[in-house]
This record gives sequence, C-alpha cells and structure tokens, in this order.
Amino acid sequence: MSGPHRLPQGGLVDRSRRIGFRFDGRALSGHPGDTLASALLANGVRLVGRSFKYHRPRGVFSAGPEEPNALVGLRTGDRHEPNTRATMVELFDGLAAASQNRWPSLGFDLLAINDLASPLIPAGFYYKTFLWPPSWWPTYERWIRGAAGLGRPTEKPDPDTYEHRHAHCDVLVVGSGPAGLAAARAAASAGARVILVEERAAAGGSLRCEPARIDGQTGLDWARLALDELGGRENAQVLTRTTAFACFDHNVVGLLERVADHLPEPEAHRPRQRLWLVRAHRIVLAAGAIERPLAFGDNDRPGVMLAGAARRYAGEYGVAVGGSIVIVANNDSAWHAGFDLVASGARVSGLVDCRSSLAPDLLARAAVASIPVFPGHVPLRVLGRKAVQGLDIAPADAGDRPRATATLAGDAICVSGGWSPTVHLHSQAGGKLEWREDIAAFVPTNLRPGLVPIGAAAGRFDLSACLGEGHAAGLRAAVESGHAGGRALPPRCDPEAAFGRVQALWAVPQPETGGAKRFVDIQDDVTVEDVALAHRENYVSVEHLKRYTTLGMGTDQGKTSNVAGLALMADLRGLPIPAVGTTTFRPPYTPIALGAVVGEAVGKRFDPIRLTPLHDWHVARGAIMVEAGQWLRPRAYPRPGESFRDAWVRETKQVREKVGLVDVSTLGKIALEGPDAGELIDRLYCNAMRSLPVDKARYGLMLREDGMVMDDGTVAHLAPERYLLTTTTVNAAKVMALIERLLQVDWPELRVAATSVTDQWAQMALSGPDSRAVLARALEGVDVSPTGLPPLGVRRGRIAGVAVTVFRLSYSGELAYEIGAPADSGVAVWEALLAAGAAHDIAPFGTEAMAALRIEKGHVAGPELNGQTTPYDLGLDKLVSRKKQFLGSRLLARPALRSPERPTLVGLVPLDGTTPIRSGSQLIEAAGTRPPVPMLGHVTSVTYSPTLGHPVALALVKGGLERQGGILIAATPLTGGEVPVRVVDPHFHDPEGARQNG
Amino acid sequence: MNAYSFAHLAYHALTGHRHWRPAWRDPAPKASYDAIIVGGGGHGLATAYYLAKNHGLANIAVLEKGWIGGGNTGRNTTIVRSNYLLNANAQLYELSLKLWHGLSADLNYNVMFSPRGVLNLAHSDAQCDAFVRRGNAMRLNGIDAEFLDRDAVRRMVPLLDCSSAARYPVHGGLLQRRGGTARHDAVAWGLARAADARGVDIVQNCEVTGFRIVNGRIEGVETSRGPIAAPKVGLAVAGHSGQVAALAGLRLPIESHVLQAFVSEPLKPMLDTVVTFGAGHFYVSQSDKGELVMGGDLDFYNSYAQRGNLPAIEHAAAGALQLFPSFSRLRLMRLWGGVMDMTMDGSPIIGMTPVQGLYLNGGWCYGGFKATPGSGWVFADTIANDRPHPIAAPFSLERFATGALLDEKGAGPVPKDH
Repeated sequence: MSGPHRLPQGGLVDRSRRIGFRFDGRALSGHPGDTLASALLANGVRLVGRSFKYHRPRGVFSAGPEEPNALVGLRTGDRHEPNTRATMVELFDGLAAASQNRWPSLGFDLLAINDLASPLIPAGFYYKTFLWPPSWWPTYERWIRGAAGLGRPTEKPDPDTYEHRHAHCDVLVVGSGPAGLAAARAAASAGARVILVEERAAAGGSLRCEPARIDGQTGLDWARLALDELGGRENAQVLTRTTAFACFDHNVVGLLERVADHLPEPEAHRPRQRLWLVRAHRIVLAAGAIERPLAFGDNDRPGVMLAGAARRYAGEYGVAVGGSIVIVANNDSAWHAGFDLVASGARVSGLVDCRSSLAPDLLARAAVASIPVFPGHVPLRVLGRKAVQGLDIAPADAGDRPRATATLAGDAICVSGGWSPTVHLHSQAGGKLEWREDIAAFVPTNLRPGLVPIGAAAGRFDLSACLGEGHAAGLRAAVESGHAGGRALPPRCDPEAAFGRVQALWAVPQPETGGAKRFVDIQDDVTVEDVALAHRENYVSVEHLKRYTTLGMGTDQGKTSNVAGLALMADLRGLPIPAVGTTTFRPPYTPIALGAVVGEAVGKRFDPIRLTPLHDWHVARGAIMVEAGQWLRPRAYPRPGESFRDAWVRETKQVREKVGLVDVSTLGKIALEGPDAGELIDRLYCNAMRSLPVDKARYGLMLREDGMVMDDGTVAHLAPERYLLTTTTVNAAKVMALIERLLQVDWPELRVAATSVTDQWAQMALSGPDSRAVLARALEGVDVSPTGLPPLGVRRGRIAGVAVTVFRLSYSGELAYEIGAPADSGVAVWEALLAAGAAHDIAPFGTEAMAALRIEKGHVAGPELNGQTTPYDLGLDKLVSRKKQFLGSRLLARPALRSPERPTLVGLVPLDGTTPIRSGSQLIEAAGTRPPVPMLGHVTSVTYSPTLGHPVALALVKGGLERQGGILIAATPLTGGEVPVRVVDPHFHDPEGARQNG
Repeated sequence: MNAYSFAHLAYHALTGHRHWRPAWRDPAPKASYDAIIVGGGGHGLATAYYLAKNHGLANIAVLEKGWIGGGNTGRNTTIVRSNYLLNANAQLYELSLKLWHGLSADLNYNVMFSPRGVLNLAHSDAQCDAFVRRGNAMRLNGIDAEFLDRDAVRRMVPLLDCSSAARYPVHGGLLQRRGGTARHDAVAWGLARAADARGVDIVQNCEVTGFRIVNGRIEGVETSRGPIAAPKVGLAVAGHSGQVAALAGLRLPIESHVLQAFVSEPLKPMLDTVVTFGAGHFYVSQSDKGELVMGGDLDFYNSYAQRGNLPAIEHAAAGALQLFPSFSRLRLMRLWGGVMDMTMDGSPIIGMTPVQGLYLNGGWCYGGFKATPGSGWVFADTIANDRPHPIAAPFSLERFATGALLDEKGAGPVPKDH
C-alpha cells in the first residue's frame, strides 16, 4: 500500500505499480491513477497550503476543478507552475510539488499572525486605512503586495510548446458522466459527428466512484462499454483531460486539452497542451454539479472537505480521507456518500443533518451501516488547528448563539451543503438562471439556441433521469443536425432512492462562547461576518459584495462559495435569493495557461517576417538589414573598412553623382482591372487621375475620409481598364483593405477587381545621372531616350531575357527608372543591371541613403504622413483637385483644416551648420524657457546631407514658410539639447526638378 | 465615527465592526433636483462630488441604472497616466493625474493610487522618434517623461525579454514615473461616499428612460422610478452614450465597441511597472492582489455586449509572451468585456449639447478611467457655469463639424482604429 490511508481494496488505481513523488521535499509514493491530492491524502498529508489572507492552515477540500485550498507549486525550474490544483494533477514519476504562500515553512508560517490580527483586517480594511501619512503609502503598498499573491512564478521561458486546432462537429457533449455518455452514445448512433470532452483523466464521471447498475451491469462497465462503442466509431471522438473552458458567440467552444501534463515532460514533437476551438451545431452541456460546503466555525481546517470528494477518494482512488469521519449535511447525497464510505471500509463516526425529518430508508441504511445519526443538528465548530480533531454540534433550532450539545470525535469532516449545477458555459453564452427552492440551487433557463444543459448541470440528480435525459438530448441534437434518429435504446438503471429535498442552510450561528471564523469563500478568506459588513456598509449589490469582500475572485472563481455568499446577502436584505441575482459567469471555467491561449504565435512567429525576392542577395553582400513593418530591408551595404555612416554617405553620393540601384519590392502593389477601374482611381486619389493616358504613370496622393493624408504612391495605366497602384511599404495592407471596403460596401456598383500583387513583383529603382546609360545597355526593346521614354512613361521590355516593366519615376530627385520583374526573376534582372552599370561604378544602396535622398529633395514620407497632416500642411496644395469629389474631399473642406494655426512643412538647417538636429525635437521660440512652453511644431525627419555637407531636417511648424529665414529652437528636453535652427525651404536639392526630368 | 483611519478601524475592531455606517445612503429619488447626473460610474460620481465640493451644489442626484461603478469603472485595467502628445489631451489628463495624487486623502478613502510608472516600449527607430516627440511635448508641457534606452528598460523590468529573440526587439521606452494604477472599484465607492457626505443622492437601480425637453431646454428626466425634474442634466454614461443621447434626440459621433481584459491568477510580486507593448496592442500591470492585469485590442465589431471572443484575447496574450516569455505557464484566470464609447477622433466629448441645460461627457474610448477625477472636475465646472471649462473647451461636440480634431495618434475617422 502506498500510504497509511490507502484502503485495503477498491479504487481504480493500479496498485501493482508504485510512483515516487515529493511534496515540500518529502519523498512519498502513490499509484498510477492517483491525483496528487489523492496520493497526499493516502500518505496522511493533511496540511497542504496556507490561505490567501490569514495564512490559515489548509488541506485538500475537494476532488475536482473547484479546489480552493490545495494549490501547489508544481514542478521545478522552467516548468514550474504556481497555483496548481493538486486535485487535478495526475501523479507521475518524479513529480515535485511545494506548498505556497508561507514563510519560512508550511508548518510554521510567520504571516499566520494575520489570523490573530484579523479583527483589524476585515473585508475592505485597506480602503479605510494606510491613509496617513500619505507619503507612506508606497511603503504600505510594498508590504501589502508582498503579503498578497499566492505562488511564485518561474522567471525562465517555457521549454514546452502549445498548439491550436479548429474543429467542427454536429454535437459537442461536455462532460462524460452518465448523462453526457448517454447523450454522446445516442447522438453518435444516429450518425452525428460527436465530440465528447471530459475534464478528468478518464471518462465516466460519477460512475467511476459511485455504485450503480445500468442495463444489467455495473455503472462502470456500462460506461466502459459506451466508451468502447464511441471509440469504434469514425463519427465520434472522445477527448479526455480536456476542459471546455468557454462558450463564445455562435456555439464556438474553447477546449483545453492537457496533452502532456500527466507526463514528466511532453513527448518529442508533441505539445504540452492543445487549445481547440470547436464550432458545434449543438452543444449538450452535461458538466455535472459542484458540491457546496456549509459555513460553520473553523470550517476551513485541514480535514474538512466536501462529502462528494471523500466519496470519490474512496471510490476512485481507494483512499480513506480519515480514520474516523464525521459527515455534515443538508441533503441526501451526503448520506449516500456515508454509506459508500462505510462500504469501502472507512469508519463514519457520525452523520449530522440539519433536517429533522428524514426519509426512513436513509435512517434504516444508516442503522445497518452503524452510523450514529444526528437529525435536526448543525455543526458549530471544528476542533483542531492543523488537523481536524472533532466537531461540536448543536440542535438546529437552538437560537442565535447555540451551545454545543455534543462533540463528535473524528479526523475528517465531510460536508455537503447541496449542489450547484455547473452552468458556466450556459451562462457565458448569455443564458439565464432560475432558482429552484427544492434543491436550493440555480438552474439554467432561457436556453441559448443550440445549447442544452442536461443531467446534474440542469439540476437533475437521480441517475435514471440523467440517463433518460442524456439519451433524448443526444438524439434530438443529432436530428437537429440533420441526421435521422438512431436505433440505440435508452439506457436504464436499477431503481434508486429518490433525491430528497435540500434544506437551504447557508450559515450556522456562532457558538455561545467564543467566536470562530465561518468561511464562505475559503480561498479568499471571506467569512460570514465579511458579508454582513458589506451589507452594513451598503455594498449590497452582488457585484459590490464580490468586489468589496473579494468573494469568488480567487483561482476557483467561487465555484463552492458564490451561491452561499449571495444567499447570505439575500437573507440580510430580506429578499428572496433570485431577487439578489448572481454575478456574471466569466470565462474561463478553470484557469488556462497563457501559452495555450497563444499557441504557435510565440517568438519570431508572433508576426510573419516578409523577405523580398532579393533578400538573399542583400545578405550575401553583407547588407545591414533593418525592420520595416513586417519586412526586412537592406539599410546600407558597408564595404570592407567602412562604417555604417561611411557606407550610406557613399551610397547617397553615388546616386547624386553617378548611379545606384535599390530594392523597392516592399512597396505595396495593387492591380486594378475592370471597366470602372479608372473611375475608382479618380475617386480614390485627391489629384486628377481621369486624364492619365495608357503607358503613363502619375504620382498620387490619397486622403482618409477625414481629409488627412493617408498614403502616397504612383498610379500606372498599363492598358485600357488595367492599372497598377503602388503604396508605401507601411500602408500597403491598409490601402488594400480600404479599396476592398469601398468596393464591397460603399461603391458596390463599380466593376473593378483589386488584387494585391506586392509579392509577385521584384521592384528596383535605378537612380542617378548615369541611369539612362545603364538602362540603355541592359534593356532590350525600349527606346530609353528622353523622348522615347519621357518622365512618367511606362514601357515593357526585356532585361536578361526577362520580361520587365519600366516606369520612369524618381524618388531620389535624380534621373531614375523603376523596373518591375517577376519575383522569381528578380535576382537575374538585378544582377544584369549591376553588370550593365559596372562601367559607371554602379552600387546598390539601402534605405538610409534613400531617406537622405528624399529628405534632401523635400519629399514627404512616413514621419510627415503621420495621419495628422492635410495636403495643405505638406505643401501639396497643387495635388488637391478642385474639379472633382474624392475620398476625403468633403471633410477636407472643414474650416479648421485650413486654419493658419496648423503646422506646415518647412526645412531646417542648424544655425551653426554642424550640430545634428534630433528627430522628434519640438520647435520653440526661445531656449531655456520654463514649462509650460508653447510649442510651434516639431522636427519630423533628419539626416546629414551628403550633398550639402551639413545636417538638414524637415519639420512641421505653425506659420510654415512664412517663417523662412527665421530662427527657432529645436528642443529635445527628453534626450537633452536645444539646437538653434534656421527655417528654410524644404526642397534642399534641385527644387526645380531639372535633374529628374532631364 | 464613520471617518476612515487606522484608529477608527482599531476602534471598530473592538466592537466587531458592528457599527460601521453605510458608505453611502440608499435614498429614494426626490421629485426634483438642482442638477441630475445620469450615470453612476466614476465620471458621474466625480462630477457630482466636484459639483458639491467646488460649486456648492448639494441638491444633486446621480441616477444609476444598475449598481455604481458597474460599467467601465469596474472593468478597466486601472491604468492612470498623462503621457499625451496633443496639448488639449495633455492638459486634461495632467489635471486628472494631479488630482489622482491627492485623491485618497481628499476622499478619506484609500483608492490605492499607485504611481509605479507607465513604460511605453518602442520597437523600432521610427517608434523611438515618435516617442521622443511625445516625451518632448510632455516635458515642455511640464509633465514628467523620461526616455529609457534598452539597458535602462532591462534594469527596470528584469523579466522583460530585451534580447533579439523577440519578433520585434525592444529598442527603448518612454517612461512616465508619476503614472501608475489605482483600485478601480474603490474609486467609485470613495467618490460615492464623499459625494454622499456632501448631500448628493446616489440612486441605484434607477434607469433614465427619457428626457423632458421643452422649447429646447431640459426640464427633467423620466426614469424607471418616475419623473424627476431638474434644470440641468449631465450625461456620463460611457458605453451607452449613444443610446441615452438618442433619448434626447441627439445623434453622437460615437460607436460602441467591446473591449476585453483579463487577469492571471494571483502571484507574488513580479512586475512593478505598467508596461505597454509598442509592436502590437498589449498592456500589463500587476495588481496589489497579485494578479497580472492585461488588455489589448478591441474585438473590432460594434457591440453593446459586455463579452467578446477569443481572437482578441489570443492576440493580446501573444503580446504578453513577446514581452515576457516566462508568463507562458501562468494562467489566465478571468476575462471580461466592457463597452467602449469610441469617437471618430479617439478623444472624448465634454461640454454643451444643442439642448440647453443638457451636458455631455462621453466618448472616452478606452481611456476613461485615468481621466475620472479630471473629467468630473471640468464637467462639474461646465455644468455649474453653463459654459465649457477652459480645459474642456477643445473637447466640444462641434469639433467634428469644424475639423478641429484631437486625433492623438493620427489613426483617422474610424472609431475602432483608435
């Protein structure tokens, strides 16, 4: 046997094998099939953690996902997971777990002083104190933060991987207890595509730990048969270790499959967890119910646990939760738990039920089992501190401060305060709840389309009803998914005792002498008194109650506590429970790892990395690469011995003096085709476009609907009804999305097809006075003379045998051509151009030289097209057509957009001719002014001008070129520096454009 | 003995906390008030508080459809900052930040305002330039700002991945040390308690169902608890601005969107600063309870539902793991949604409306929480004096007609893009 509390027989664990594990360093052992909690209990470990606020000693409280107490730090190193519920961790060889929220040790925790100080720190105490002196608040807060929190996180990256999977099915069944199994079996037999999910390691639900006979065999055998049947079907899939954690719109359910959490580490090439998004035609919610405790004195001591949990530990794991068990109840289920415990070999030393009239068969069975019963009694107070020693009880009708009439000895107290249907997914989907007095619980009502709660999740606790309802719901869901009814017969169980009435009991009065804490929310240390305090102070809305006391805000999300809390509040307010309502059920049902939420999108996979067709060439030539949105672009190509700055200055001069070649494949390219393509373009750009002839290109400026500049680029008219647009690199997707929206939503009558062709073309720009000569040598079939290929001309020819399109466009301000080649021939064309230019010392240039060239030329780019500038602000008035309506024309006409107060584009040079100007500097009148300082504008783009030999900048400034010749201060208090600058024309180089048009 | 202090707490401890009085009363609405504030969120309560405190109006009611602080006040990620570029925004949020720094003392209620710094991370040279521009503007406006290089960022947030393993490595960051977080619910409760103490009636479960407007002047409101007369009515209903204003015949340049946020399980202190991701939309801080509080993008469809879908959460969580790869095994404990009143330029609307005596405070997009005291301050002044407070003046409704927009990020005229 593994541990002193393992029963001599019973349970579904594999007793033939032994698994070693450690808790707080202590070596222990269990069996395959154990959870960490069952193995700890089997070893007699009672104290497993400390509570959030008062640091009270706590033990295992449940046997499922609702666990509030037994939260451990699981695993070590980079796989460490804080706050892990021991009740849901399958034991594996070498498992290491440690208790949390205690110092220096679990047995001796100094912060347990909080328990003594608890009169000073009731709910919400922090709102009323730490106010003086105000300057001490950061110190107080540091102390509060240190005391709060539970586990300690790892600081290392996760070595494991996660994946996402999408699936469709006809019927998704959540929960594999009798109701869920019956539903899945019926739906699958009718031909529906079924997914059955079970949160635990094995399917079967209550059939794994409670005796039942179905269709003439044991419940467990029936479940196994049903699972075998499902396993043999192609149209059914059973996912164990899988939690349906959320229900979103349109029957989309999130599942978390714990693929490898039961192993020391994931198998090779397998994820740790898999997140499924299942789109289900019908959802059958058979998630069962969660047992509630009762609030009585010191009801949190290690050894106090839910009665159903004790039943599961005995039935499924063969573990006795105590040598002498006291049961406390307000309903029948705890009695059956007691009978099962006795049958499993445990000793039940008393059964206390607040109900005074009890079903005769219960009493008879208790007599047979030799269980002393105390009808009409309530638990008053638990004896013992780090372990239960006994329970004081009193008659249920003994008034406000009852006196204990008996003390029951025992080392475990098993409590049942009734059952709350697990309605989370129903509620997340927007379903409502109604109160049922007979079971003292909320059950689903106002069902959402396509989501049906059944069985215990719908408030039905007898097996026959669960089986019948499950079968019917499964068949109905299959039929509603378009399948003919199945032939399977509904499962039938042997007669069972009716589930009697539950007597609501939310809090037992304090005992006559001495107070004891009566916990409602055990994890967050919220007591009955805290609820009363909230009521006294008018935090009476259930949401205020939750937020003021933190009731239900812990990792268990109040699964065992919310109903009692709101019932107590209803009582204090003198309202019926449904009038008080519930707080909103928020996903996830149980906490899920962020890694699983993210899936594959970690590290470099967060966002695609886009590479141009010439990327490898750039890298092979030693280019310094830079990120531009998703793209990587060459920034400069340093030669041996050159610094980065040397390189781009040389490249800039090369273009100005001779010729250079740059990769501009990242520019967005959009092909438009159709009879109305010209009309669309005319509406899209603010400058005239209708007159653009075939074989011509034009610079185009595009506004947003609010009149601000959105993007600039070129439009080339390739053939009748065919155009190619280019956009800036950054805005390519945005412009494409805009065009798609316009065509689909605003102007569906336009007959235009828009296609993004950015990736289809390698685009390069040949720039510099010698570019014509180089092109002439490389290009076949085109007359490149000034008349043969005039400015803005578009021609088709061949370079290195590759069909290319040549556009005479200039960004640099020099004579220049853009060449577009099919992506897979990009390198051949690029290399042919370089070869043709060898005699002219042609060199590739990068984005840094390009930036210098455009700033020298006064061309606006990203920093000026910042979404806050109009065409007028940028000196582009001439591009605003007065003859047509275009996107943004209406709102551009608003008066404030022509205000003289708006900053407009200017050039700046440092007054001393040498000091660099920091981009992002603000322009002010005078240096050394104390804040607040009026700001006149800001510096948008800066560079050292290789052509002029001094720094230059572009800026937006109030008054604009009216200030030409004036002096301002470019101030950057953030990085330090105030540079006197002179306002100049932004066209630093060849303002007339003679060079590019030559 | 309803003052809040350690001494009082100790005194009440001796009597089992049985004698605490309600933090605010629960009055039935009167037939008329001098002013009515519609909406019992932070902004509405702050407006009532400052109307009472700064302008001597005591005969005021705050009408709340549900429970106070139940809208975005209780759903946000609690970040407080004034790191704005545009002058109008800088002035408004800086007024607010200054009020935050004294709010707990002023209200005699610990709103746990925690100036632990707000760090905006930059992931490219262009972004660094944009942040430098904004930081310079802040400094020249008298607002604290610091630019941190990568090493300084690493020292400040040790768990942050500053390596080149990230898709968008960190280049630097803009830090506002005076920014931070506050306990959001406490802000509503503290303001309610302080306003109540000055005589303001806070009426919960009282839904405004219509406005009484005669000859273009407001005369009162219709509510689920009967008509209430008032010569001045201020709207502060956040996500429902469009619907409530429609009851007064106003069509606002606002769309309502759902924004989700989520928290991790509570953990021991691991993150001392508010950190925002610059290469995607994600922000995170750690609450005093130990939860990591995280948020990201809108769900990008118009909605009045306080719930969203998983893609927005996946994207925000991916941002989290970009910054903090070690968060991967931490668990998301709870996620929720709030309804954002998104305007066409991303900035709020505070001021007059075409209906005399009806004032509007809305369109806060997802930046409303940090503005709470400042918004209440200027809105109260606007209502009391029947003219826009100077700081509120640029936030007028007319700006959408004149074009004097306040588009902080240049995101354009589509509400969801802000």
